[in-house]
Amino acid sequence: MLRLEKISKTFFPGTVNERRALVDVDLHLEPRDFATVIGSNGAGKSTLLNVVSGSIRSDAGKVTIDGSDVTGLTDFQRAAYIGRVFQNPSAGTAPHMTIEENLAMALERGKRRMLHLGVTKAKRERFRAELTVLEQGLENRLHDWVGLLSGGQRQSLSLLMATFSQPQILLLDEHTAALDPQRAALVTRLTKELVEEHHLTTLMVTHNMKQALQLGNRLIMMHAGRIVLDVRDEQKAGMETGDLMAEFQKIKDAELSDATLLQ
Amino acid sequence: MITAIDLGLIYAIMALGVYLTFRILDFPDLTVDGSFTTGGAIAAISIVNGLDPWTATVLACLGGLIAGTITGLLHTKGNIDGLLAGILTMIGLYSINLRIMGSANVSLLRADTFFSGLREQKLLGTWVGPAILAVVAVVVLALIIWFLHTDLGLAMRGTGDSPEMIRSFGVSTDAQKILGLALSNGLVAIAGSMIAQYQGFADVGMGIGMIVAGLASVIIGQALIGRLTILRAASAVVLGSVLYRLVIQIALSAGLNPNDMKLISAVLVVLALVLPQWKVFHKVPAAFRRRPGVTDTAPSEAAEPDFEQPDFASKEER
Repeated sequence: MLRLEKISKTFFPGTVNERRALVDVDLHLEPRDFATVIGSNGAGKSTLLNVVSGSIRSDAGKVTIDGSDVTGLTDFQRAAYIGRVFQNPSAGTAPHMTIEENLAMALERGKRRMLHLGVTKAKRERFRAELTVLEQGLENRLHDWVGLLSGGQRQSLSLLMATFSQPQILLLDEHTAALDPQRAALVTRLTKELVEEHHLTTLMVTHNMKQALQLGNRLIMMHAGRIVLDVRDEQKAGMETGDLMAEFQKIKDAELSDATLLQ
Repeated sequence: MITAIDLGLIYAIMALGVYLTFRILDFPDLTVDGSFTTGGAIAAISIVNGLDPWTATVLACLGGLIAGTITGLLHTKGNIDGLLAGILTMIGLYSINLRIMGSANVSLLRADTFFSGLREQKLLGTWVGPAILAVVAVVVLALIIWFLHTDLGLAMRGTGDSPEMIRSFGVSTDAQKILGLALSNGLVAIAGSMIAQYQGFADVGMGIGMIVAGLASVIIGQALIGRLTILRAASAVVLGSVLYRLVIQIALSAGLNPNDMKLISAVLVVLALVLPQWKVFHKVPAAFRRRPGVTDTAPSEAAEPDFEQPDFASKEER
């Protein structure tokens, strides 16, 4: 479904700030794979996600979605295939527009927008039905400004907007990081439900190891721009946070020995 | 008094254009000063050369559309700061406007304009004028409100409100900005053409300070009746435009001379921007009053989007 081949990205090449965010990354997600991506700060997780979404263009390599090469497409051209939820709840919704208007914008994903009314009676009914899935009473607040919603509600709405308009791939960028634990749990549960309902192939970046283990069928650990661990299914199911910590430690030790070798 | 209302209603079309860029796209577009004159110039020269006022106004609108497109291209494809892109187009247009007119001003005396019929029957200056112009303003207002509720209009609002989000749904924010700027300046040029016909001449300086007048209309109107819905916000602009002309009329009749006009406009805008920040005025529901001119969406940092935004939502949660 999603295939990354030999993706490399270097920020600020040729300067003192040069940073190799991705180094020859290969990744292949099967249809309906749900991969969680973990790694320390600067490991290249967000860059990976942004290369898939098209917000960042890689220096080298190829991105293929469902067999078609999208490497040369911009983020909005890829939007027909990709739904996104951002870390910041305000980034994924439009605060000065109503809930139904936000959903209407999402419903037109990847289509050519014309002069038809954005919100019609029929669409409103559909929105109401979709919103009940979130179990937060938003179906009765269609005319409310999204800016009036709490962070958790906005993130739930953003999740719905990203999924219900039939993309093939869902990208989640630490989408629960800005929420309190209770809301984060709710959004995590909704994520699971919506991904299953819409048969999405999902790539989720997270800092939360428990969440990374709890969600999805596949776990990817990144370090210094490379994928250093890729486990799936039973192997992943058997893992605990302790195992992940051990993996992290292993990487750190390896780095240390490299450094000592140089001396 | 009646003349002030006439003018207010014509300038309302211009103010609605400013509303599109300033509020909907969150883009302070200074092209307006140039494209207003362009509208006036094209209409005047067309009418002098025997075209009917309708064709002249359509041509004027086209001129505005092109001007807006240029600013849009400079900003999006040329990566020039929005303010500077507008200023550059505005300055360039000054020469183009002189070229169009051939001289610094073109008289429309005895020419056939929208208003010559009214003038002949001595109806200009009576309430017939405002009545007709109110219909025109309301039609334009209705068109804009409708547009902003279509799929395309929603995409444009999304572009101003949450660019990252709307891109993730497949909308090119660049294309939306160009479209919005074109439409906005098209409206501004229509207003320019009507003002030229109303006052009976086009002048190369007629657009100076237009952006301030437009902003004043938007800000005054919305400070008074708010901008919670598009319907309210856009209607407020029309009302604001009329009020603005009335205030200027009052200032003039109080003994200030026409040379003081620009100063009055500037002071009005400053007052309309500063007063609402004072505590006394905080009774007005403040939920959606973004500080005007300040974007509250931080530019997206591609690599690490970990910026925190002031979020008015959190308060409502408990």
